[in-house]
Amino acid sequence: MSKILVCVKRVVDYNVRIRVKPDGSGVVTDGVKMGINPFDEIALEEALRLKERGVASEVIAVSIGAAETQQQLRTALAMGADRAILVEQAEAIEPLTAAKVFLKIAEKESPLLIITGKQAIDDDNGQTGQMLAALWNRPQACFASKVEINGNIARVTREVDAGLETLELDLPAVITTDLRLNEPRYVKLPEIMKAKKKPLDILTLASLDITTSRQFNVSKVTPPPVKQKGVMVKDVNELISTLKQKGVL
Amino acid sequence: MNRVLVIAEHVDGIVNLSTHKSVACALQVPDAQVDVAVLSANGKAAEHAAKLAGIQRVILVRRDEFAEPVAATLAPAIVELAANYSHVFAPSTTFGKDVLPRVAALLDVGQLSDIMAVNGAHSFVRPIYAGNALVHITTNASQKVLATVRVASFQPVAETGNAPIEPVTINVTLPTHTRFAGRSSDSTGRPDLQSAARVVSGGRALGSADNFKLIYQLADQLGAAVGASRAAVDAGYAANDLQVGQTGKIIAPDLYIAVGISGAIQHLTGIKDARTIVAINKDPEAPIFEVADVGLVGDLFTVLPEMQKQLG
Ligand SMILES: Cc1cc2nc3c(=O)[nH]c(=O)nc-3n(C[C@H](O)[C@H](O)[C@H](O)COP(=O)(O)OP(=O)(O)OC[C@H]3O[C@@H](n4cnc5c(N)ncnc54)[C@H](O)[C@@H]3O)c2cc1C
Ligand SMILES: Nc1ncnc2c1ncn2[C@@H]1O[C@H](COP(=O)(O)O)[C@@H](O)[C@H]1O
Repeated sequence: MSKILVCVKRVVDYNVRIRVKPDGSGVVTDGVKMGINPFDEIALEEALRLKERGVASEVIAVSIGAAETQQQLRTALAMGADRAILVEQAEAIEPLTAAKVFLKIAEKESPLLIITGKQAIDDDNGQTGQMLAALWNRPQACFASKVEINGNIARVTREVDAGLETLELDLPAVITTDLRLNEPRYVKLPEIMKAKKKPLDILTLASLDITTSRQFNVSKVTPPPVKQKGVMVKDVNELISTLKQKGVL
Repeated sequence: MNRVLVIAEHVDGIVNLSTHKSVACALQVPDAQVDVAVLSANGKAAEHAAKLAGIQRVILVRRDEFAEPVAATLAPAIVELAANYSHVFAPSTTFGKDVLPRVAALLDVGQLSDIMAVNGAHSFVRPIYAGNALVHITTNASQKVLATVRVASFQPVAETGNAPIEPVTINVTLPTHTRFAGRSSDSTGRPDLQSAARVVSGGRALGSADNFKLIYQLADQLGAAVGASRAAVDAGYAANDLQVGQTGKIIAPDLYIAVGISGAIQHLTGIKDARTIVAINKDPEAPIFEVADVGLVGDLFTVLPEMQKQLG
């Protein structure tokens, strides 16, 4: 029966206020709280619901990342994924390389559906799902807020700038998730124990025949410009006169 | 010489303002000649695109399959066009974010998302971590540059041009595996959030869709567009296309009034480029006050009616 592949990235927790290193070499990630990219949690939740509805028989969580990424994959298994694959890679890779890795796994597993987040909230690239769909030569539906599967066709509602748009896709296909697709379930303690016994395979880029050529060089990372401190007004009267003074009203 | 192709976003024969802004970005590439590509079924948007100031020509590709902007269908045609260019840009709207990575992968090149500054033909700045850090990136000179343009960072070019329209025939077979099946929008008849000079935004504090009317009333009085926080959208007070922020719209109005919005980093990302930010919140500790140019601590249910009275 059919499989769903879910891409799960380990990222800095969305509540962390990130700081740029003084030497401009990057951002401070030492000792910072990490978690599953929020969009990927939604992707996993959707896959689990599709499995519960009988659309799929197996949900596989896949990640590319450092050895510690096993933590996030164990969480994914505790949420309900059947097995996990970690492509172990200490240094960050570019989205095109990530897409090539996921393509290899897709070719091996032949899933009905691949669900990714619409963007990873560390680099905010928002590219991997679309690139994977292109390389796989399959349809893509980005920013999904509703997914319906009927036989070999998916109807996906997507959040676009103009409102909501619906696409019909021949499966297999790639879907990227938006925030309102679902609310991910909480993990229960017994599930965490059970997850320890679920299979988690570890691969390397080399074993998949992929090289990590970089196309982009980061010359420096800088903090955003600081804003001038604003003024506090005491009432509506003062608010309106201040805005008039500034010439915006 | 650099040759930049900007992929136009258009609807009903009208080129979206995000295209004007992407052209402005493209014109900052040193020694660049900028073309605009219109992929369309009826070709109507080409005439509008021809007016964009500073461009060399409009490349018009007409195919019946382009009646709707379906990324998987457009991408192979853009790949063909890309052969003649050193740079291919698209706006960082849901349209551009959808299609450009697909083009990049088909070309086997990486893509830059949300470029906010051009420092050279192969040198760009883009935000990461919801805009809390900026990366300065260089690409090697032999590599085609594919990038989406953070539209809030650029002023639109004027419509004073008169570029020639050059029809181009592209014969590649386009996939039929992805089909358009409909579009709906709740928020018509009001200024467009992404291009409005003034925006009034409401948050969770509004408490109901009914109360959210207070936001609409103030917006109407100011000729402003309406925005919302994610919490307000999730709760059903406002339509999804009104969400402002990291995962909603990134906007740069002259005036942004945030009402009952706490100022989470994901929301602030969307308003960093607003010229004047006004915050109305009953909690003096709310993070929104850290970025506000003008702050008022107070209950929105008394402040908004009072504002309407004084402005009316
Ligand atoms: C991956 C990810 C992406 C996200 N993307 C976005 C995004 O694009 N846009 C976005 O907005 N959020 C986004 N969020 C959510 C964000 O983190 C916040 O949860 C959200 O912005 C909070 O909305 P809010 O300010 O309306 O609600 P709250 O944080 O609940 O704030 C309500 C505020 O109203 C004030 N208030 C209450 N009553 C009154 C009153 N009577 N008068 C005046 N003030 C009052 C309170 O003091 C409070 O500050 C994202 C989150 C994640 C995890
Ligand atoms: N290293 C990775 N490991 C797992 N999933 C990833 C990785 N990189 C990207 N993805 C997936 O692709 C989505 C978009 O990522 P990005 O293109 O980097 O913004 C993420 O939400 C993930 O679902």
